[in-house]
Amino acid sequence: MALPVHASTGERAWYYSFRVLCAAIFVFLIGPIFVIVPLSFNELPYFTFTPEMLSLDPEGYSIKWYEEFFTEQSWQDAVANSFFIAVFATLLSTTLGTLAALGLSQPYMPFRTTIMAILISPMIVPLIISAAGMYFFYTRMGISSTHFGVIVAHAALGTPFVVITVTATLVGFDRSLIRAAASLGAGPTRIFFKIIVPLILPGVISGALFAFITSFDEVVVVLFVGSVEQRTIPWKMFSGIREEIRPTILAVATILVCISIALLTTVELLRRRSERLRGMSPG
Amino acid sequence: MMAHELTTADGVPLRISLERALLRSRIRAALLVVPLMAFLLFAFILPIFDMLYRSVENTIVAQVLPETVIALQDWDETGDALPDEAVFKTAVADIQAAFKAKTLGRLARRLNYEKPGMASLLRKSGRRSLRITEAPWSEQLIKIDRKWGDINIWRLIKRESDHLTESYFLAAVDMRLDDLGAVNWQPENRQIYLQLFWKTVWMSGLITILCLLLGYPVAFLLATLPLRTSNLLMVLVLLPFWTSLLVRTTSWIALLQTEGVLNDLMVVVGLISDDGRLQMIHNKIGTFVAMTHILLPFMILPLYSVMKTIPPSYMRAARSLGATPFTAFVRVYLPNTVSGIGAGSILVFILSIGYYITPALVGGRTGTFISNFIASHVSETLNWGLAAALGVILLALVLALYLLYDRIVGIDNMKLG
Repeated sequence: MALPVHASTGERAWYYSFRVLCAAIFVFLIGPIFVIVPLSFNELPYFTFTPEMLSLDPEGYSIKWYEEFFTEQSWQDAVANSFFIAVFATLLSTTLGTLAALGLSQPYMPFRTTIMAILISPMIVPLIISAAGMYFFYTRMGISSTHFGVIVAHAALGTPFVVITVTATLVGFDRSLIRAAASLGAGPTRIFFKIIVPLILPGVISGALFAFITSFDEVVVVLFVGSVEQRTIPWKMFSGIREEIRPTILAVATILVCISIALLTTVELLRRRSERLRGMSPG
Repeated sequence: MMAHELTTADGVPLRISLERALLRSRIRAALLVVPLMAFLLFAFILPIFDMLYRSVENTIVAQVLPETVIALQDWDETGDALPDEAVFKTAVADIQAAFKAKTLGRLARRLNYEKPGMASLLRKSGRRSLRITEAPWSEQLIKIDRKWGDINIWRLIKRESDHLTESYFLAAVDMRLDDLGAVNWQPENRQIYLQLFWKTVWMSGLITILCLLLGYPVAFLLATLPLRTSNLLMVLVLLPFWTSLLVRTTSWIALLQTEGVLNDLMVVVGLISDDGRLQMIHNKIGTFVAMTHILLPFMILPLYSVMKTIPPSYMRAARSLGATPFTAFVRVYLPNTVSGIGAGSILVFILSIGYYITPALVGGRTGTFISNFIASHVSETLNWGLAAALGVILLALVLALYLLYDRIVGIDNMKLG
């Protein structure tokens, strides 16, 4: 959409004001996320820039909130819980979701759309409803307030992402590759590991990352289904914001932003690799 | 001429052999889906049904006062007469038993939802009922509290002795059953839920419109820029998408609070005075700003994927035929993006009406949604039946929109990133 040389003044004005508008919206999208990074180095326990910080006085900055995060036992327990729950929930949802996606992309899948609608529903149903229902039902089953209960709940919330991403990589999957392998004498297991897995792997990994971040960021369900024993990082942040606002939360938030950037980069690289492999995009 | 049936090498007719092969591949496909379906049934679908059931479940009266409920069956609640002495006798026995078994508190809480004052009546009667050991039953019970002589108390107990009740749903839409069992509005000062549903819907609608207004230009820019640049800018849309909800909410607290970054900035610039700081959080503004920010990527991504498919030659053709840029946009470009607008708007609206965390943290008292009330009924007031009824209504709303989304976009076409 480059501006042609013959553009009139009006067109020029419109072109630049449109760019400025879009830039402003991008600032709105990204700005808030990065504002917290300098704030997390505040010397004083405030959520805003102090005069010392603005004059770039080193006295105004400190890393004590990071120290607090890394030394306080309750935060460290939360980190351990978050990773433990997210890893197992991811394993569970990735395994089940990948199998289901493979089934859904078979040409002869009965009731395809209905099944798809059910499998995607954990993503659509408001979290508070899932959380309340799980709390009622898991209490009956005796698995609320256990790590197992929270893992099961998070895995359920993560499966739609796996199903969607893996199904997307299977679109345009060339079935003749399977037939070719079979005609050359490969058994179903061999076909699965030598042909299917390498081709869908990027989709599986992105789905797993989505499932991981879903569990890692999730707070509503863990508040209801879990107890203090299952306290995760988002739980600590949620109760921290509600009770006493300390910049430790900003330090944690900064660390989480770094994790998000790492995950996003991985997913983007995988997506491009997969598109290149399947010849779908020139970039 | 008779059709000659084809057979496979082993003599089975080809049609049957093909059907068998087809059936086998159907079963194989289904078997791959079964584990996930079974898992979701246990982990997600049964919990939802549990909630559906709790919204009408009403076993507590029959559990705590079993004999009274049976005795009351023969009593005519439409008349003016109190139940007879035999009913009072069983009621005293039931209350005594419930007091000893410590189940009276649950009953007290349950009946208090229907009629304020029931809790104190039952709690008061618990211990004192132990003193009653012989006739006259009714006279002594009424002596403990005059309310036992009120016919409406007995009507209420009889009405709520069924195993299913509609009263939670009525309460969820600001209605109640009056003493005679007719459906009526709640008293004016207790009507809160319909207003709350309406507030949730209009605020979500406005958030959707804000997302559309901000998302459309960005999606347009991304769709028309060269791929390399747009991929780079796309990261700016995807990063918020990947950033923890709590991180983004925290950022808005830091920015918007009265001692926060934006207010400080405006004071420094001289836009407002130090004691005239704006209240931009813990009210509706906080909810609008933070929710629009959080849901914006869900609007941009579907719009972008639709806009990418519109060939630029359409606009050029319109211009070459004499349309002004504005006409070309309104008559040619905009109609082509309607499906993206629909998909994005429904998605944002669905996500918005069920939101809990962000309104809870930045919405204060005025900027909260129906979800916040569901949460407080589950964990604070412990009125699970009402929480479930409110949840079921919200769920019905969301599922209706989900079906609409399926019609417009197709669930298969849902994409992430």
